[in-house]
Amino acid sequence: MIIHYGYKDGSGEYFISIDTDECDGCGKCVEACPQSVLETRTMMIDLEDKLVATVTEEHRKKIKYSCAPCKPEASPPCVLACERRAIIHTWKLAGK
Amino acid sequence: MKKEYWRWPEYRRTLPGKDWTKAWVITAGVDVGSVSSKAAIMIDGELYAYGIIRTGSSSPDSANKAMERAMEGTRMKLDDIHYIVGTGYGRVNVPFANRAITEIACHARGANYIWGPTVRTLMDMGGQDCKAIRCDEKGRVTAFLMNDKCAAGTGRGMEVIADLLSIPIEDVGPTSLMVEEEPEPVSSTCVVFAKSEAVGLLRKGWPKEMVLAAFCSAMARRISELLERIKVERDFAITGGIAKNIGVVKRLEEIIGIRALPMKEGFDPMVAGGIGAALFAKALYEKERQSS
Repeated sequence: MIIHYGYKDGSGEYFISIDTDECDGCGKCVEACPQSVLETRTMMIDLEDKLVATVTEEHRKKIKYSCAPCKPEASPPCVLACERRAIIHTWKLAGK
Repeated sequence: MKKEYWRWPEYRRTLPGKDWTKAWVITAGVDVGSVSSKAAIMIDGELYAYGIIRTGSSSPDSANKAMERAMEGTRMKLDDIHYIVGTGYGRVNVPFANRAITEIACHARGANYIWGPTVRTLMDMGGQDCKAIRCDEKGRVTAFLMNDKCAAGTGRGMEVIADLLSIPIEDVGPTSLMVEEEPEPVSSTCVVFAKSEAVGLLRKGWPKEMVLAAFCSAMARRISELLERIKVERDFAITGGIAKNIGVVKRLEEIIGIRALPMKEGFDPMVAGGIGAALFAKALYEKERQSS
């Protein structure tokens, strides 16, 4: 399952997408993030409990600001830290 | 006392022709949302009864009341139910639930039950947020996106605007379609700002149906943006209270160019999450019994 965290508003699109099938909950992205945007959390997937990376509730509504220090790098630390390539950033400013 | 135009009816329903006392497995799903609380009771994996009430200030109380409402007149007691799953915004506060599951998974599972395995895209338009969900033929979520931003253009926003314009909430959709020409949608995403924007339009002399049209089309547009991200694939279904607002649904269908599956007789789209939770309850109950 791909979970898109973030939003689109007048200023652009800001999403962190995590593929819970690929994510193994290792937590390297959590350590890599300088803004503490990520955490690991247990989710029920196909009746099994699985530890996966998520964006904290606190940051979901403001990732445009929380993730800004790592932009415009093409591959921010969380994406580079993920050996299984389970994290994708979408960062589109309006009008570009 | 001022008439409460926003107030939608609480109700319950027992589906005909079923006897719970003969059932093998009785499960329930309780969906405590920000605006409404729903409880669905299923016997052997078939919907038996449900109840819908307004969520009060306490999630545990609302969960209790929704459950009581669903059981009303059936002589069923809480002890008769084998397994209960809580879901929704207040899911961790359902005191009698065996466990909690996110509403995303429950809505997809519920829609799969209501409309069948052809549902691929689902829009849950709730009281305070909207969720765009993609699922497979088994009702498993393959992708989802939540609009976390604000309440305008959700159920609560509709209540506020119904009250402001003195139009009963059930009439908001049909009234909004009475315009000859579509107005520009309102621009605010915050319910407080949207309300003042609506007041401004009324002062400018806009008739009520125009203001409602601007409101409904703003909501349809915002939802279409969520759907754009996950990409709509047929069949497309809508759950949650706003599924009953034809003004939003029609406009949304127009923007995305796909028709939503019509509401199914006997299944309130607000109860989809509760139904899904009750189905998970059955699966979990059976799994636990097998492993013990």
